[in-house]
Amino acid sequence: MKWLGFILMLLCGATEAFAQATPNAPRGPVPADAPLITDLSSHLIAITSSFTGTDLLLFGAIDEPGEVVVVVRGPTSTSVVRRKRPTLGFWLTRRSESYDNVPAYYAVASSKPLKEIAPVNLLQRLQIGTENLRFRYLGPRRPDDVAHYHQSIVRLKIRDGLYRENIGAIDFLGPKLFRTAISFPSTVPVGTYQTEVYLIRDNRIVAAQSTPLFIDKQGIEQQVYDFSRAEPAVYGLVAVLLAVFSGWLAAVVFRRG
Amino acid sequence: MQIYLPIAELSVSIWLLLGLGGAVGYLSGLFGVGGGFLLTPLLIFIGVPPPVAVATSANQVVAASVSAVYAHWRKDNVDFKMGTMLLLGGLAGSSFGTYLFTVLKRIGQLDAVIALSYVIILGTIGGMMLTESIRALRAKPGTTPVVRRKRLNDHAFIRALPFKMRFRKSQLYISALMPLVLGFLVGILAAIMGVGAGFLLVPAMIYLLGMPTAIVVGTSLFQIIFVTANVTMLHAITTQTVDVTLALMLLVGSVIGAQYGVRHGARLRGEQIRGLLAALVLAVAIALAIELILPPDDQFFLEAGPR
Repeated sequence: MKWLGFILMLLCGATEAFAQATPNAPRGPVPADAPLITDLSSHLIAITSSFTGTDLLLFGAIDEPGEVVVVVRGPTSTSVVRRKRPTLGFWLTRRSESYDNVPAYYAVASSKPLKEIAPVNLLQRLQIGTENLRFRYLGPRRPDDVAHYHQSIVRLKIRDGLYRENIGAIDFLGPKLFRTAISFPSTVPVGTYQTEVYLIRDNRIVAAQSTPLFIDKQGIEQQVYDFSRAEPAVYGLVAVLLAVFSGWLAAVVFRRG
Repeated sequence: MQIYLPIAELSVSIWLLLGLGGAVGYLSGLFGVGGGFLLTPLLIFIGVPPPVAVATSANQVVAASVSAVYAHWRKDNVDFKMGTMLLLGGLAGSSFGTYLFTVLKRIGQLDAVIALSYVIILGTIGGMMLTESIRALRAKPGTTPVVRRKRLNDHAFIRALPFKMRFRKSQLYISALMPLVLGFLVGILAAIMGVGAGFLLVPAMIYLLGMPTAIVVGTSLFQIIFVTANVTMLHAITTQTVDVTLALMLLVGSVIGAQYGVRHGARLRGEQIRGLLAALVLAVAIALAIELILPPDDQFFLEAGPR
């Protein structure tokens, strides 16, 4: 198989992201006659004070016929799903289940329905499609109805716009050029993201490419956030002093007015 | 125009935040309360995560209380000795409350406990205030209604408590345990609900401690400043949920709103103000109770695990 990822990553100068790439992300040396070349309109999303979410454009060219699948994965972390049940007349949390390896963000776009492009075992192995995501269950034993909780993660993430399935959302401009838009809501978590593009024909992967994408807070937002994490006591003190000062200022100014 | 809140990690309209701060500031100026009990539920309602709403409201109450205590301090209406006793209890209570907060957050019951505390406490206080102010409003204007207030501080058990202390300004000789315990309980609420709990402290100081009404508000504000400052500090350190950007936006709105509130409040009679405040407190309690009683859209909800 022919891999492009490695060279493209070097071109982006993003070798540190290479180490964080998902284990399934394809990579390796690429011959000159690569059948798949893609890039992102931007490799960095800066979250500034006016950030309200954004769209990135992923574009590319294929040199061989086939179907295109695009996957964007956010950093993984632990997630807790809680279930509310009626308790003494109130809806209260009754049970919680924890999962690891939950991507903060996940988007998939494909030129055709996934099942028509590739066999289920391939989709499962590469975790393509929201129903094929494998979260690691963190619990002493596996209760029978744990599937409810697993499915709820996906459902809730889709509701919040953090998981997206855009089947048929890849636009072809002629037989070779394609593009697709990837949307990120304002609540998108920061971190290193991975963009994977697959060219699939006859149930097998002909070519694949992986590119990192960075989402970071920038400017004053980042400074405030970093400050609150690095020096929490000083940050708290500043917050209190700010409140005391503005309260005092208001009292003095408006007493005269 | 949207602004991104770095700690809450979401983008909210600036006008919405200024309007929210303005409305809460107006009501706190009108009624002479800190407004934390309105701010926390409203922030949660617009999508701010409950822990951020609580911690940031506490920060906001610091400013509102400093602004309000200024006038009382100039009029010499603060009993610093009593305030210090309440404060010592309050610091311990708010530290314990913050610990409780992190435990509840870990076991997933935080949102429910915040909502239930609001429903029970605001419901009780609001109901009591409403019955009293309706009684006062029904009495013929001009005649002072004869309300026999039971002052609990005359109770034999309270008189028998040890560690008696003299509070000159309040003209009281009572056990130091009373303000200490009261401060402790109110401190817990401050940490969990993000409120100064003046609506609870003021009646308790009048009926339970037997303090003269004139110095109650100033003294409670004095205590509230330090307790909410402590809550802000502790949340900044332990839960890291104080959003300074959010607090600043709310501050600007509330400072302006409070001035109009004070001006309009001067035109209303005391009973009318208390009646309106009672209705408002009850309305918040009922709205939160409905939310707890009605089945949620989705029984499942998601939280980020420990990082």
